[in-house]
Amino acid sequence: MIEKQVNQKAWFMVLPVFLVVAFSAIIPLMTVVNYSVQDTFGNNQFFWVGMDWFRDLLHSERFHDAFFRQVSFSAIILCIEIPLGIVIALAMPRKGWGVPVCLITMALPLLIPWNVVGTIWQIFARVDIGLLGHTLAALGVDYNYTQDPVAAWITIIIMDIWHWTSLVVLLCYAGLCSIPDAYYQAAKIDGASRLSVFRYIQLPKMQRVLLIAILLRFMDSFMIYTEPFVITGGGPGNSTTFMSIDLVKMAIGQFDLGPAAAMSLIYFLVILLLCWVFFTVMSNIGEERSKGGA
Amino acid sequence: MELELRNVSRKVGGEFHITDVSLTFKTGTLNILLGATLSGKTSLMRLMAGLDRPTSGKIFVRGEDVTGVAVQKRNVAMVYQQFINYPNLTVFENIASPLRIARVPKNIIKQKVAEVSRLLKLDNLLTRKPNELSGGQQQRTALARALVKGAELVLLDEPLANLDYKLREELREELPRIFAETGAVFVYATTEPSEALLLGGNTASLHEGRVTQFGPTIDVFREPANLMTAQTLSDPPLNTLPVTKLSNRMLHKSHIEIPLVGNLSELPDADYTMAFRPYHLFLQQSSDAMINVKAKVVVAEITGSESFIHIDVAGMRWVVLAQGIHNLDINETIDVFLDPAKFYVFDRNEQLVAAPGTKSVA
Amino acid sequence: MAHITLENIAHSYTGNPENHEDCALKKVNLSWRNGGAYALLGPSGCGKTTLLNIISGLLHPSRGKVLFDTEDVTGMSTEQRNIAQIFQFPVVYDTMTVFQNLAFPLKNRGRKQKEIEPRVIELAKILGLEKDLHTRAQHLTADSKQKISLGRGLIRKSVNAILFDEPLTVIDPQLKWELRSQLKFLHKKFGFTMIYVTHDQTEALTFADEVVVMYEGEIVQTGTPEALFEKPEHTFVGYFIGSPGMNVCACELQGNQVVIDGYMLSLGRKYPDLGSNSKIEIGVRPEHLRLVPSDREGLPVKIIKVDDIGRHRIVRVVFNNTKFNVIVSDMTELADGNCSLVFDTEHTHIYVDDHLVSGEEL
Repeated sequence: MIEKQVNQKAWFMVLPVFLVVAFSAIIPLMTVVNYSVQDTFGNNQFFWVGMDWFRDLLHSERFHDAFFRQVSFSAIILCIEIPLGIVIALAMPRKGWGVPVCLITMALPLLIPWNVVGTIWQIFARVDIGLLGHTLAALGVDYNYTQDPVAAWITIIIMDIWHWTSLVVLLCYAGLCSIPDAYYQAAKIDGASRLSVFRYIQLPKMQRVLLIAILLRFMDSFMIYTEPFVITGGGPGNSTTFMSIDLVKMAIGQFDLGPAAAMSLIYFLVILLLCWVFFTVMSNIGEERSKGGA
Repeated sequence: MELELRNVSRKVGGEFHITDVSLTFKTGTLNILLGATLSGKTSLMRLMAGLDRPTSGKIFVRGEDVTGVAVQKRNVAMVYQQFINYPNLTVFENIASPLRIARVPKNIIKQKVAEVSRLLKLDNLLTRKPNELSGGQQQRTALARALVKGAELVLLDEPLANLDYKLREELREELPRIFAETGAVFVYATTEPSEALLLGGNTASLHEGRVTQFGPTIDVFREPANLMTAQTLSDPPLNTLPVTKLSNRMLHKSHIEIPLVGNLSELPDADYTMAFRPYHLFLQQSSDAMINVKAKVVVAEITGSESFIHIDVAGMRWVVLAQGIHNLDINETIDVFLDPAKFYVFDRNEQLVAAPGTKSVA
Repeated sequence: MAHITLENIAHSYTGNPENHEDCALKKVNLSWRNGGAYALLGPSGCGKTTLLNIISGLLHPSRGKVLFDTEDVTGMSTEQRNIAQIFQFPVVYDTMTVFQNLAFPLKNRGRKQKEIEPRVIELAKILGLEKDLHTRAQHLTADSKQKISLGRGLIRKSVNAILFDEPLTVIDPQLKWELRSQLKFLHKKFGFTMIYVTHDQTEALTFADEVVVMYEGEIVQTGTPEALFEKPEHTFVGYFIGSPGMNVCACELQGNQVVIDGYMLSLGRKYPDLGSNSKIEIGVRPEHLRLVPSDREGLPVKIIKVDDIGRHRIVRVVFNNTKFNVIVSDMTELADGNCSLVFDTEHTHIYVDDHLVSGEEL
């Protein structure tokens, strides 16, 4: 008895999108898939190698190291930026002239292009002419990011925190601003401590924006390329060679198209998997909320 | 225009929000959707507007099937609980906005806005911005915008809920006149029975996505077809007393006996629910047919000229609405009097079998 | 618990209490005894919420003093004042269970678990929340959430007062009845000082022993529900309380006679000479007017509209250009549109410049 008047012409409307997606994503991706299962010795001659590249790659120490560095980097970044972002958002004023000042100050780093950020910090941290590097050296700190792996890591991490914590701050701030005043007043009346207010009001109400912040920061940091490339170029040694840098080295530096293609695919799958995990977690929370509201 | 919903249902994620609703609204009528929060008022309005599509069933306008037609192609207007106006436009521009979109010539816009603003008593406020208006005036502006485009169907979703009590009273008194002058089909959602009764028109009582009864408001109030409708239309809440009729005696399990006056004697032996309104429960006996019942006072509320006395009778919670001031203490035992002539009688399936002032239905 | 006194409280949000027009509160003096139930009633923007926030300490007044017993608490914070407040929208801690929510105020004050538990269970029983004690608060309906907010206010036995800021706004009419009577019951049972802010006259009158009516930052009358209904001291009180409000119309005084547009009416009272510059009005409630057939004595009026709201009818009548609302329960004698209006002279009042003037009994 259900008569749906589905208009089949609607599919034509979607066609241009399909074409764009095909040209911009599916075809290049298929090319990569094609490369990842073949080997070449030039002259456009290709040989079928099956899963060899994947097998080699998954057993190669170089890949393991790059992957480990990448995961560590993302983990460190999240562990610092998220709590720091929350703390700054909590400390920001809710009204008065301080609001626009804080918001603009926070937004500034986000406006600077990636490679410029890299260049700024590359110069800033140089021991010979950089303000930071020179000052540290003058204070007697043994700091040289071009030679010392630890110093290189610290430099890149601080740069990333400088660049991206603002994003977390702005998201958290938006979340905090949406909490009605009555909640704070009720908490005061209930005699709740500052910590309880955070734990029982602010954190639960920020939950959703925090998940978005974590997702964005995770994906961005997992794919980081420009800044470390500009600052350290992956060095000293291989100490800051993250997956993306390694991939470029392999593909363009060494021109190992097959292994590079296999690596891109694995890289792609890892990100896809993690995004899916995030998405599931987030939509589960959303569902719980709508049930609560009904 | 005439709007008809024929066996309309809507299912969202395995749950029925609207179940098998059939309603017909005639030109120039005011139709009230009355029900508690989540009873399906807004869902039903969205279906009527064409914002949602029914899972099954059909919607007709002037006999023409419009089930799949998008909202933009229908001539509808909607007013919401929140006061929705363009904050940076004057009242005049706010009201004129739907006409501007429709590219109506300027002189006609001016004339139409003048007409509708007079109707809604906004003619002195046309140059103001919405934030310079009171809540009542803001909602009038929203209403004017809905009326100006001459929509055939105007949907109002609890339009007075965010207003002060007294402003609500004023607008309620004016609305029927405004509705009568425009001649569109009005659909008005509300949770308040008193609002429905004051507005008059027709009422569809809703419960869990089903229409429990539809008809002229006062008739639905006087002769509710089932217990659910009677409860939905009662404010203060209806008092109920479950009884069993067995060989010429009608008893509640606490031995309250109902004398078989009027049409009660004609009822067959079975279980019934007696329902009566708070103002049909008395503190004094005024006729011999009245039943005397001992009650324990839960709490007494005084409104100035009347008292609401919440009582406990054998575990049942009733409300007495009595004239005058009765300051009674909690747990005090009092006598209350039931008038069997004022009983609504519902059968085991909660369907009406007898109403006061009428012959037995069954 | 404490006796609450407000001395010359004035408040201006712009920080300039000298400018009278600018003030949200102009000059408020109040004295509330320990354990009473009070209501602040007025339209939005009359300053009632401002006053409530000054009492709770969320806002500090530009001028004046707040005393709890004899202690000046004007400069103290909410925590120091030991006050509980319930807001318009339910405030619950989403991640906690109902039990944890109710226990929260006690836990924060370092009470022991074995002291907390029986108290929470007792209160949950009274509020009808015992089944949900271990459910997460965010999964409950709006009225249950508001019950939790209420419970958190009631859980501490030592609070000086419990303040309510329009707590029933988001509750459906049927549940309003339940929550309202429950609130009254809790007041009687625990004897807390309770202050209730609302724009809804029914809520104010039924809840409070004494109602404070506010209008444009000032108190216009303080009194029992009965006094406000029977003898409004200001035309605003007459208009604001009662549904529909008091009929107020211009009149003249000629000796002991009241003249309404040429019609002479004797109130049996003598009024002093009031001068010709004052605005003189007569005020009478719709409940205190009667309609009789036109051949009998009374103000000859014409019926223009009858609203049947189920329990009784609201009849709108007109005499020349003066309109009256009359509440009528039986219309059988009034066959045609013309009839006579009879005043209950004892409940008919004279207002001079909006203020009640009591005459001398003759």
